[in-house]
Amino acid sequence: MIKIKDYVRVGSLEEAYELNQKRSACILGGMLWTKMGQRQVQTAIDLSGLGLDQIEESEEEFSIGCMVTLRQMEEHEGLNAYTDGAARESVRSIVGVQFRNLATVGGSIFGRFGFSDVLTLFLALDTEVELVHAGRMPLAEFACSKRDRDVLVRLIVKKHEGVTVYQSHRNSRTDFPVLTCAVRVEDGKGCAVLGARPAKAARVELPAELAEKLAAGKASAEELKAAASEISDQFTYGSNMRGSAEYRHHLGRVLLRRCMEEIQKKEEQ
Amino acid sequence: MKISMILNGKKTEAEIDADMLLIDFVRSQGCYSVKRGCETSNCGLCTVFLEGKPVLSCSVLAARANGCKVDTLEGLQEEAEEFGSFIAGQGAEQCGFCNPGMIMNAIALFRENPDPSEEEIKEYLAGNLCRCSGYEGQLRGILNFLAWKKQQGGAS
Repeated sequence: MIKIKDYVRVGSLEEAYELNQKRSACILGGMLWTKMGQRQVQTAIDLSGLGLDQIEESEEEFSIGCMVTLRQMEEHEGLNAYTDGAARESVRSIVGVQFRNLATVGGSIFGRFGFSDVLTLFLALDTEVELVHAGRMPLAEFACSKRDRDVLVRLIVKKHEGVTVYQSHRNSRTDFPVLTCAVRVEDGKGCAVLGARPAKAARVELPAELAEKLAAGKASAEELKAAASEISDQFTYGSNMRGSAEYRHHLGRVLLRRCMEEIQKKEEQ
Repeated sequence: MKISMILNGKKTEAEIDADMLLIDFVRSQGCYSVKRGCETSNCGLCTVFLEGKPVLSCSVLAARANGCKVDTLEGLQEEAEEFGSFIAGQGAEQCGFCNPGMIMNAIALFRENPDPSEEEIKEYLAGNLCRCSGYEGQLRGILNFLAWKKQQGGAS
């Protein structure tokens, strides 16, 4: 059980950053994962008074505050229209509505959790993170960096014409995923992301020829099967209580193929 | 630290420790419908409304609810009784321990979506675990309640 000595609802990001420089401090997201630990926290820092609980949409991008909940992501019309429903699909199996009303996008991304559906989705999009001290950087770079004492402010998703599909496999409906998969095709290029391997999500670029075929809806069933197999071979897989490395590799082939089939269907619409 | 909130329509103030959870706070105020279950944020037994939205009170600091409106089943007696009779009518509950949390979340569903499909009901209530029933009785109770509401000619 987590023990907290002081609770501070900060009035600014600078205050949050200053307080967070002590190792005994902890920034609260949804607190769902944090509360499972045995930590002794001197100062719990709450960002909920900073107005970072909004998804803002402009012509060029989405700005997603770190305190936006997974439920907001699930219900946001603009984000779901842009991602063809992948935003909703990526979070709808995460425990229940009550959980998703608490869990935050910032907490999911800053934790760089292996099991994160949210990280898998946003890695497939053109996403940057904004941090108080380090400023803006690509999400892919942030995901590979070590945890430090910086404060995540928001995600910025740049808009491009394209199609996104998200799928995951779970042993039971609301469990952690055994494997997560997102595929996106845009502007003649594409990418595939696999997460929960059980290592954190990683992204590979699709061959240009394949991306063009997917965008045109012209890849045959055999081509999709072969491409899914080749792409899945580029990831590494591990074992845990939810599945073995071999099983995950097999799931990777299946989910990648299904995602690409879905992309072709959506491109045809 | 001192906190103040509107709990079931009544202004409530108290001196609390910084790490007191909302479940412990509302129970200390006599709201015993809010049950402690899994403590891993999975079972839905501790569901309360925070600013009208269903949340797991085992996973929220009471300090975070400072200045907010919090409702437990005790504050929704009329709505809960009306719906609860349909659950009881199906013999849907056995030990009944999950019932307050499930009723809270079902009420949240009816407020958000007065005419949900069976699939929408299952998805919305996926975060409420029941280890006795297998959920069929609850589902029948909910569908019967919604049909009755329609017959009454009003949305929930």
